[in-house]
Amino acid sequence: MATDILMPALSPTMEEGKLAKWLKKVGDPIKSGDVLAEIETDKATMEVEAVDEGVLAKILIDEGTEGVAVNTPIAIIAEEGEDVEKAAASGGKGGPKANGHDAGGQQAPTPTAQAEGLTDKPAATSKTSDDAPVAPAAPATITNKAKEPVMAEFPADTPMVTMTVREALRDAMAEEMRRDGDVFVMGEEVAEYQGAYKVTQGLLQEFGAKRVVDTPITEHGFAGIGVGAALAGLKPIVEFMTFNFAMQAIDQIINSAAKTLYMSGGQLGCPIVFRGPNGAAARVAAQHSHDYAAWYSNVPGLKVIAPYTASDAKGLLKAAIRDPNPIIFLENEILYGQSFPVPKLDDFVLPIGKARIHREGKDVTLVSFAIGMTYALKAAQVLAEQGIEAEVIDLRTIRPMDTETVLESVKKTGRCVTIEEGFPQSGVGAEISARLMVDAFDYLDAPVLRVTGKDVPMPYAANLEKLALPNVAEVVEAAKAVCYK
Amino acid sequence: MEAGKTAESEPAAGPSSAATEAHKPAPNMPQFTREEDLHAYHEMLLIRRFEEKAGQLYGMGLIGGFCHLYIGQEAVVVGMQMAAVDGDQVITGYRDHGHMLATGMDPKGVMAELTGRRGGYSRGKGGSMHMFSREKQFFGGHGIVGAQVSLGTGLGFADHYRGNGKVSLTYMGDGAANQGQVYESFNMAALWKLPVVYVIENNRYAMGTSVARASAQTDFSKRGLSFGIPGESVDGMDVRTVREAAGRAIEHARSGKGPFILEMQTYRYRGHSMSDPAKYRTKDEVSKMRDEHDPIEMVRKRLLELHGVPESDIKSTDAKVRETVNAAAEFATDDPEPDPSELWTDILLEAKA
Repeated sequence: MATDILMPALSPTMEEGKLAKWLKKVGDPIKSGDVLAEIETDKATMEVEAVDEGVLAKILIDEGTEGVAVNTPIAIIAEEGEDVEKAAASGGKGGPKANGHDAGGQQAPTPTAQAEGLTDKPAATSKTSDDAPVAPAAPATITNKAKEPVMAEFPADTPMVTMTVREALRDAMAEEMRRDGDVFVMGEEVAEYQGAYKVTQGLLQEFGAKRVVDTPITEHGFAGIGVGAALAGLKPIVEFMTFNFAMQAIDQIINSAAKTLYMSGGQLGCPIVFRGPNGAAARVAAQHSHDYAAWYSNVPGLKVIAPYTASDAKGLLKAAIRDPNPIIFLENEILYGQSFPVPKLDDFVLPIGKARIHREGKDVTLVSFAIGMTYALKAAQVLAEQGIEAEVIDLRTIRPMDTETVLESVKKTGRCVTIEEGFPQSGVGAEISARLMVDAFDYLDAPVLRVTGKDVPMPYAANLEKLALPNVAEVVEAAKAVCYK
Repeated sequence: MEAGKTAESEPAAGPSSAATEAHKPAPNMPQFTREEDLHAYHEMLLIRRFEEKAGQLYGMGLIGGFCHLYIGQEAVVVGMQMAAVDGDQVITGYRDHGHMLATGMDPKGVMAELTGRRGGYSRGKGGSMHMFSREKQFFGGHGIVGAQVSLGTGLGFADHYRGNGKVSLTYMGDGAANQGQVYESFNMAALWKLPVVYVIENNRYAMGTSVARASAQTDFSKRGLSFGIPGESVDGMDVRTVREAAGRAIEHARSGKGPFILEMQTYRYRGHSMSDPAKYRTKDEVSKMRDEHDPIEMVRKRLLELHGVPESDIKSTDAKVRETVNAAAEFATDDPEPDPSELWTDILLEAKA
């Protein structure tokens, strides 16, 4: 019986990849463990190994093909003794089903359940079930530019280029490193590996090993070294492979980086950026899914930035690198690969501490940041279809928080829902609620509602993970509740 | 007796044995000139008198919170500074007053910080454990045990990055030497050949826990061995041996060979902090140390006996130091507390447009 070889998911968040190279040709005998092909993802180039034995009957996807979705059949293997021609013609069993549970006829080098979980994750992909008619939030292209940023932060006739958040972050670092020799980047796998999530891709080649520093796996130590270098006047960008690992270093971030300016009576500033992916990725469970926005936003002496779009990622990271204070720059693994229009300007820097009205509306204010924006924007579309015009505010900076923009909006709408993936207690939404209670008490027509991650450690199972995260339906429901509809 | 046991089990490294020898002119003992001994005497005495005064002000309720005195350990930082050059950075933990004075910081500013006044180095916002001077390249003053070791390694990283020929003198106690980030820092400093001299001030007690009760390897000079970092155990009660070892270590780091570890065998006469009940060691142990190995008394003897300095000269130095310290105490008592508006300053720096 012929077996389909499926495009494997090579990382928890991979949705598609490039079939870089076939290492076997049609007619080649295949043994278990043979390397069949090389797959290039947005993070790395990986080898696909055969699991079963047989003969390569047919190649379905030519090498060099980009954007091959996970679980697409890429080749057919004929079983030993089977007629190769016939197997090739049969197209393999199972066909291009989205899920790989028809295991009898399919061979996926990585567990297919993982890929299935991925497609179920609301934010990760456009193939979500609960909001199928809604266009993916991310890829806003040049054509809808006019509708996009409500607050003009660059001239309207600025040419735009579409790029991923990942590329925007890389460009921001590269531009600032060209501009200032005191800026350097350090962290695990930032140099030779080209970044665990490819964010620092190419920096080693351009700036050399002195300024793109691979560290051992010692977050506490290298965060302290970065802070020490910053106290001495350099401008380090410290990459954490994820902010989960920064818990090992949080003493240096808070006790040393955030407090020294105050404790030195203004003598010793600490111009440092701590950056890396924050919050849930996909199916990486409790220890790798924590959202730290609320934690760091609790600390005076820090600024906390959590961008959603590529444009904000670029403009704000450049601002962060130039800022003389310690900055927590929270990225998101799922957003890395999403594309947005970015203004084509020689030096595009955005102000830290300013929210952006992402979508205008008059009935209810939705406040979110980072990946939470994907839920907010989809919900706004759903609400619009039901006659509720939601105004969507992207905080972009969590500390200092732009309460003014939120307040102005709530004065107009009289209603507010906050959305974040983090935990409910003492979260960013709790802070916004408290501020609105004081500053907008007379304007509120309903209590502020929070849509948050559930108050549980992030579970691994796909269905539980989905339940633990916020979703579009919850946002829609909350928005309707505050509108008494 | 815990400490006696420790010293016996480590005969080569114990301060008692090394210091006893120091009284007789050993053949290889580094010697100081008259000027060097005069300088060392003044510097150490200033620290001693300053700390005694700080203890007094603490007792009077003028200094609050934690206050960790350096009395007994003066030879370490004074000897180290005699081998350092301008621009070399100094960073240490919370037993830091001596380091500030040795780097040339103004005793008035230090004392006023202890009393929490506006003329203090941190304008009254840091206190005893958190004081800095960018001008003197003193980077604190850190209250988290061991944190300064990674930070000091970062200072060395900056020197290396800039190629400025400077060295980071990174101090820690025997207690801090057991922290994990110390070894993370050792690894990276050795890996990248950073110009850092790690000075482990082994005063035998981490708070009330003796070295032998806290450390599997009590020879701290060996703590960098697995990273290939050379180390030396030094009699930290004799300013001459300190300066000589410091010279070697600093030269090693400055010449691009990477970090060096100096274990300074020293002793703290006072408690861990002002609120130390001192139940963990005997009074005899302390008084024996004071009587037989006092770093200042050793220099005083040399000045009189070896260099022929008249006692009246020494007494006038004593008087001058007392005057400086009294002036500092007076300033720190009279200086007003910070303006209430200072509560809201120095949290963030203004970003340049």
